[in-house]
Amino acid sequence: MSIYFLCLVLFVIGIYCIVRKRNVIKMIIGVIILEYAVNLFFILAGYRVNGRAPIFSSGEEIKNMVDPLPQALVLTSIVIGLATTALLVGIAMRIYEKYGTFDITKIRELKG
Amino acid sequence: MMPASNIIPLFVALPLAGAFLLPLIGKKVKWAPDLTGGVFTLALMALSLVSVWVVNQNGTLVYSVGAWKPPIGIAMVLDGLTSFMLVTVNLVAFIIAVFSINYMEKYTSKWKFYSLFLLMLAGMNGVIITGDMFNLFVFLEIASVASYALVAFGTEKHELEAAFKYAIMSTVASLFVLLGIVFLYSYTSTLNMADMAQVLAAKGGGDITVMVTVLFVMGFGLKAALVPFHAWLPDAHPSAPAPISAMLSGVLIKSLGIYALCRILYNVIGMSAEISSILLVLGTLSMVIGVFLAIGQWDFKRLLAYHSISQIGYVVLGIGLATPLGILGGLFHLFNHSVFKSLLFLNSGAVEYSTGTRDLKEMGGLAEKMPVTGATSLIASMSIAGVPPFNGFWSKLIIIIAAVQAGRYGYALWAVIASVLTLASFMKVMKYAFFDRLKKKWDQVKEVPVFMKLAMSALALICVLGGLLLVGAVKTDFLSQAADALLEGTKYAAIVFKGIG
Amino acid sequence: MSREHEKGMSLIVKTITRLTVGIIFLYGVYIVTHGHLSPGGGFAGGVIIALSFIHLILAYGKEVAFKKLSEARASIWESTGAILFLSIALLGFTGGYFFLNFIPKGEPFRLFSAGIIPLCNIAISFKVGAGIFAIFVALILLKLDVGKKK
Repeated sequence: MSIYFLCLVLFVIGIYCIVRKRNVIKMIIGVIILEYAVNLFFILAGYRVNGRAPIFSSGEEIKNMVDPLPQALVLTSIVIGLATTALLVGIAMRIYEKYGTFDITKIRELKG
Repeated sequence: MMPASNIIPLFVALPLAGAFLLPLIGKKVKWAPDLTGGVFTLALMALSLVSVWVVNQNGTLVYSVGAWKPPIGIAMVLDGLTSFMLVTVNLVAFIIAVFSINYMEKYTSKWKFYSLFLLMLAGMNGVIITGDMFNLFVFLEIASVASYALVAFGTEKHELEAAFKYAIMSTVASLFVLLGIVFLYSYTSTLNMADMAQVLAAKGGGDITVMVTVLFVMGFGLKAALVPFHAWLPDAHPSAPAPISAMLSGVLIKSLGIYALCRILYNVIGMSAEISSILLVLGTLSMVIGVFLAIGQWDFKRLLAYHSISQIGYVVLGIGLATPLGILGGLFHLFNHSVFKSLLFLNSGAVEYSTGTRDLKEMGGLAEKMPVTGATSLIASMSIAGVPPFNGFWSKLIIIIAAVQAGRYGYALWAVIASVLTLASFMKVMKYAFFDRLKKKWDQVKEVPVFMKLAMSALALICVLGGLLLVGAVKTDFLSQAADALLEGTKYAAIVFKGIG
Repeated sequence: MSREHEKGMSLIVKTITRLTVGIIFLYGVYIVTHGHLSPGGGFAGGVIIALSFIHLILAYGKEVAFKKLSEARASIWESTGAILFLSIALLGFTGGYFFLNFIPKGEPFRLFSAGIIPLCNIAISFKVGAGIFAIFVALILLKLDVGKKK
């Protein structure tokens, strides 16, 4: 139970970074931490007590495995996170080129 | 003979093939991006009309990808609601693809635009036809990431800022959705939507279902721009190029936000009185706040973006009533809004193409120089304001009657107030932009090129004929099927399992 | 390759890079092709293949690395991988279903078994490897021109 609580702490740290930090790069790092927390929670939800890694090999008896489905899904989710992060960093670099600053409180031309 | 359900994976495979072919041939051949975009979206639109006919003949169809039977494999489900949404999305996408043949001449690298456009269309189609929870998340992310890149397409100052804010908020929303899916998987140990519905009905709800509902309302609500999750929309929609604004406001917030929310809340978790009141309150808040914020706007596209928030509130109000007439009205208004809001954004794009400005105070009397744009804009404004006999009037009438029938008089009153304010706001737009005297500096303005005129006229024609969707046989084939699919509730699971065979 | 003392990193880094880049590439190919027998598969192997090219950029500078894999060729590899994946999926229609495993499967635990899975892994590794290399090149080659504040 304490492991799931620590995942929640990581989730809240990610949201804190997005909400309170003023540098654009730190906000992107907040998004990365948030994704990390959700992926970690997903894998931990598939743990079975006294399970072993879900890999078949020839000539071995399999008695007790952890759940293999979350591992495959988290692989997909990590790839999606990579694509999102790459796009966010590209946009952030172009913002620096146009605005001259990374401070989100100064990037505020759209109003109303 | 091949069974009719074989057309289902083509909705995802065709736009993906187009999006992957374009980087190879688009750089060398000049007219390749336009042709590819137009041909693929035309094929998809034809397929979606065929799918309505197929569902009429055969009932709900289930396609097991890779011949793995659910609940082990991924299932793609084609029922009444799916074919309704497919027609909406692909029809509007085809018309917008035709429009952008001329409009995107002003930007560089057209092949990148069409590649991202087809990728976003593949993601939206995938969200609509899938029957598996994690597959829904994957296609949701494909469509979202493609739309972040499309909003930032011109790489000017405002576009980048709007794209960044939109991207961060939308990524957090997707992560809330993923957290909800994780909780549901660990509670029911299956990912197939039909199987999940059966397990939830057997095991009973409990606290996990309440938490998952809240997470999904937050996540999908931000994608659908419900108040209080609407803050990204007034920045993102005006800054994007006009066909992308039409695509975002017309179909993306409906397919990713409203459709996914309805499918999960009605068919998987099961509708109850509390969920209904949450949807009603959120819908009414969106309606009223959207239209109050829209009245004071002077930027044409920003005003249209605020009106999008308001009209989505109408749709959620209709669907949240959970009565047959309410759901029918909500879905009909969803279709109508796709048509007339896309038309309005395309009009603003045409005005910007000819005059180069979006500020209402600078425009004036453009209707004599740009007759097609002025006429279609008048039709679209009368539709959105609810003037008979255009299509907006019928759908708003059905929603208000359904609210009165269900005994919710307060909500019906707010709907009428919002409708009156919408009418006032669009009368202002019409007066300042198109009618009134022509200003001196617009003497040289010409009408827009031929593809843009064709696209706008096609949408205007659908606006005029939209009321006919309520008549007789067309209604039972198209709208009632969609409403019935939602009203089945958790009996969806039994239908899907029967369809697998 | 070791004559350019002006660009890139020091001589020790360049020598070690020259020795290990080929091994890293081969390791990536191993992980891709044994994806159905041991953990790994298309995505992980593709990242390792991309890392070998990025290693070249970091140690030697971009001219040398672009002689091995230029940006235009990376774009072509990427699209080829994606189209290959999609055509393998569409070929499943011959057996009657999208994405069907239609190649005869051999006995388990051997290299040539499990139908279309190794082919899909190879197609994915093309796309991921070229894609990650292209992302890296796009991010480091952006020349910033600060000072255009309006």
